[in-house]
Amino acid sequence: MSESLRHGRRSHHWIDADAGPVVRPYAMTRGRTSHAGRHRLDLIALVVPEAAADDPGRDQTLSPEHVEIVERCGSTPQSIAELAAGLDLPVGVVRVLVGDLVDDALVHVTRPVPPAELPDVSILREVINGLRAL
Amino acid sequence: MVFGRSSRRKAPIEPVTLKILVAGGFGVGKTTLVGAVSEIKPLRTEETLTEAGRPVDDIAGVEGKTTTTVAMDFGRITLREDLVLYLFGTPGQDRFWFLWDELAQGALGAVVLADTRRLEDCFAGVDYFERRGIPFAVAVNCFEGANRFPEESVRAALDLDPEVPLLMGDARSRESVKDILVAVVEHALTRADQVREHAATAGT
Repeated sequence: MSESLRHGRRSHHWIDADAGPVVRPYAMTRGRTSHAGRHRLDLIALVVPEAAADDPGRDQTLSPEHVEIVERCGSTPQSIAELAAGLDLPVGVVRVLVGDLVDDALVHVTRPVPPAELPDVSILREVINGLRAL
Repeated sequence: MVFGRSSRRKAPIEPVTLKILVAGGFGVGKTTLVGAVSEIKPLRTEETLTEAGRPVDDIAGVEGKTTTTVAMDFGRITLREDLVLYLFGTPGQDRFWFLWDELAQGALGAVVLADTRRLEDCFAGVDYFERRGIPFAVAVNCFEGANRFPEESVRAALDLDPEVPLLMGDARSRESVKDILVAVVEHALTRADQVREHAATAGT
């Protein structure tokens, strides 16, 4: 590392984590706070990449955050909550970005057990067995 | 784009996801409880809320502040390859209750974690889940130095319905937390069976 670079870095030490992100979170969504025409994605909805996500260079308009979401979900689908924590972004921002990816057919999103529907008794039994076996 | 690196990936399994909420007063051990059973270090997600038209805060001096951030801790338990349980610690402050509504939607059940030294901290949680009809269990986190009260006194103090499970536990102990979660799900199962029977008798 050159001396001037080191000096340059030191002179900017006042930009720390407390100053907040350099890019405002909702700048990544180009100011959108919700995604048009879709039901609100649940915190535990899983994001699953589509086969099209393997096609490199398919969509040059994607932001690095979009790309990272697809990559993170590649081996194991991840929930909206996990993505938000992993990317250190507000849940609202992740919802918008995932909505874009759904529109582009790069991912689809699972719907968790719908509210107001009776929990499936067999699933509850499986949960109990699973917890006991931990 | 770099998606090509992992080409020829096989279609990933899409597990069923479920959630259980963990409520209780500030500092009662919600995050500890989540951490005791989660396979990942409890994660934290933040929800930015617009505070416009929400005159709950005294904003003198920070008039420019129009959003606030609420953090939620959560953990994950993979029960099977195709069955994943998430635990969400609900935000402690009462004024974030509208956030609970989203969390509570589709929740399998809830744990209300109580500290006998500050039992009143969990009234709000008990109330909330009772009103919404969400199956819950109360777990008394037995802190060292806290007096142990007989189960009946705690039950009476919280005015719990007799069928609501009440457990004495330790939020740090994996075995204890497993027991607590099993109690919640068993309670949910009993409730689901009752509802089903009701529906069956009403139908004939």
